[in-house]
Amino acid sequence: MEMKKPIIKSIPYEEFKDNETLEALIKELNKERTNVVVGALDDLINWGRSNSLWSLTFATSCCGIEFMSVGAARYDFARFGFEVTRNSPRQADLIMVAGTITHKMAPVLKRLYDQMAEPKYVVAVGGCAISGGPFKGSYHVVNGVDKILPVDVYIPGCPPRPEAIMYGMMQLQRKVKIEKFFGDKNRHQNPREVRREPIIVTNAPVEGCEKTDK
Amino acid sequence: MELIFIEKEEARKVLRTHRDSGMDFLRDLIGMDWGDEGLGVIYILENSTTHATMHLAVRTTDRNKPAIYTVCDMWSIAELYEREVYDFYGIRFIGHPDMRRLFLRNDWEGYPLRKDYDASEAINPIRLTNEPPEDVQRSYEIEEDKEFAAIAKRENFMHVDEYVINIGPQHPATHGVLRFRLALAGEEIRKIDIHCGYIHRGIEKLCESKTYPQLLAFTDRLDYLSAHQNRHALCMCIENALGLEIAPRVQYIRTIMDELQRIDSHLLMLSCAAMDLGALTAFIYGFRDREKVLDIFEEVTGGRLIQNYNIIGGVQADITTGWEAKVKDYCTYQLHKIKEFEDLFVNSIITKNRMKGVGVLTREEAISYGATGCTGRAAGWACDVRKRHPYALYGQVDFKEVLYTNGDSYDRVLMRLDEIKQSVHIIRQLIDNIPAGDFKQKTKPIIKLPEGRFSAAVEGSRGEFGVFIESHGDKSPYRVKFRPMGLPLVACMHKILKGCKIADLITIGATLDYVIPDIDR
Ligand code: SF4
Repeated sequence: MEMKKPIIKSIPYEEFKDNETLEALIKELNKERTNVVVGALDDLINWGRSNSLWSLTFATSCCGIEFMSVGAARYDFARFGFEVTRNSPRQADLIMVAGTITHKMAPVLKRLYDQMAEPKYVVAVGGCAISGGPFKGSYHVVNGVDKILPVDVYIPGCPPRPEAIMYGMMQLQRKVKIEKFFGDKNRHQNPREVRREPIIVTNAPVEGCEKTDK
Repeated sequence: MELIFIEKEEARKVLRTHRDSGMDFLRDLIGMDWGDEGLGVIYILENSTTHATMHLAVRTTDRNKPAIYTVCDMWSIAELYEREVYDFYGIRFIGHPDMRRLFLRNDWEGYPLRKDYDASEAINPIRLTNEPPEDVQRSYEIEEDKEFAAIAKRENFMHVDEYVINIGPQHPATHGVLRFRLALAGEEIRKIDIHCGYIHRGIEKLCESKTYPQLLAFTDRLDYLSAHQNRHALCMCIENALGLEIAPRVQYIRTIMDELQRIDSHLLMLSCAAMDLGALTAFIYGFRDREKVLDIFEEVTGGRLIQNYNIIGGVQADITTGWEAKVKDYCTYQLHKIKEFEDLFVNSIITKNRMKGVGVLTREEAISYGATGCTGRAAGWACDVRKRHPYALYGQVDFKEVLYTNGDSYDRVLMRLDEIKQSVHIIRQLIDNIPAGDFKQKTKPIIKLPEGRFSAAVEGSRGEFGVFIESHGDKSPYRVKFRPMGLPLVACMHKILKGCKIADLITIGATLDYVIPDIDR
């Protein structure tokens, strides 16, 4: 059985900027064929998982306010199933690193990440989480959260617009959709195992998002 | 700005005389590294009734074991300010009860704001180990026949038989990454220990290596809910130093933008305060209105949260045609919607029960802690910079400085609603009369400030935001200090929280409305 294209109903496949990474991933997964039953179950479970991604509230600074805006009425990310934010890492699927990470915060962030249950994802929101942003070169700023955590999706911006945050979250959904759940994600992963290539969100298609707005 | 140097030994006496003669508000306490001339501290004092200000400085030439006498018994806020100076410059304050680092990890090597600080990764790598707990308060005394201060007293902050709980740094109700350690007796808070620095980005040090136009970007990101006002303060400080005349059109636009930003911030505060009480609906309502302000911002500045709008000598872009009409529509809309907040949130019995008489800060305490903004005014202290030292157009427009007297959480919430109304009132006076003219002026490609010390202050969304620049005539500043609006608010929690129930910590924090990146800088 073959993995399918990661489809999101509200944005056509062609409108996503980064399809190659995912296609390469699919190819790699398809190398060893999947059992029909397990594959079908995978699809079902991944459909469920990707539409109920619960994030840990982890907003250290400005980007966090835009994250709050995404949660409020106008942007309303409940439409995609992201509306449940958890305050405990044990109940979260992903960690949205929204804001600058400093030397003092780094061990705390690492501990929160370690406390999360597998499968878990990391989304780096904003310039600070990606590379240190405007504060690159400061003595107390970690230049990018990927120095300490494996990142799945990067959303650039300072701060990223709410549309971009949603677009980034959809990219994560697509990534979740093509994963093998049984025999891979449901097992505990070796933390030293090399993580797959992250998706880099480049300028989100605004028209696409507007379509979903209506 | 005139700086009077006083002798180290005399300092306490001189400062006390000034304090007793009415200089009861310590606006800022700035650590300095003057290279060969030594390390020192600048005190900016103000008389809370006459608003006369005064700048004093103390310095010490000993770089290895610098020590200066404390003033934290005269102004309560000095306790945290001095810890900050100790953290950044290594100056020990003799007689200070608790000389620990405030922002950096306690295993941090070196004092980062000193000019000879070595920032290499090898000395301070990213440590993924937990911070070793430091629970010992140290105070320094000068011993006889020794020139430098030695540790005189060590005392454990929390005792073994105390029930200690930890809130933060990742806790949704601290509104960011602040950490409290509380000692409890049942539900009552006995002691509170505040840990800052989880979002300390080293902005002041970064500023020293950037050119003046590059500095501007940092101010927006300090307190992102006062982005316009912060940047206004820095631009004003640089413009004053350069002697630039600002066009009336720019002044109008800046004043209107400042007030819109204030409305934006207060709406966010109201929604979050309601959310912290469990009223999620109010959060949705608040953000609905806030989006309208953001639309207005976006049309002119291109940014929603962080706008990068003010520049030296003007503003980035002109207002668009038809923008005034949108602002006016919004003003009408907002006044109408405030009713909703009043009916659903402020007048609700739950809010009243949770907030009335809770978290009281008196006027004297507010002054001593330097807690400006809505917190100070809820306690009856007329501390509005717009009235005290009018800037931009605030000297010409008519508005009321709202004052309450109880100083409790409920008054702090009411303050916000009244301030929104006053802001609308200010905007309405200005919006129809924006004069024609240039929205920016040409400045030199490389901006160099003349030698000297300059300062400026504006009324941010939650208090006085001040900028201090010392220039040695180069294209980047020698020292930049931002007066945080939030640090005094957090400092006064010491006072407010004692004896409160732990559940009230959340509402009190929400009504004080601090923004952590502004505290930590
Ligand atoms: S990327 Fe920009 S907006 Fe986001 S946290 Fe960093 S400075 Fe703030």
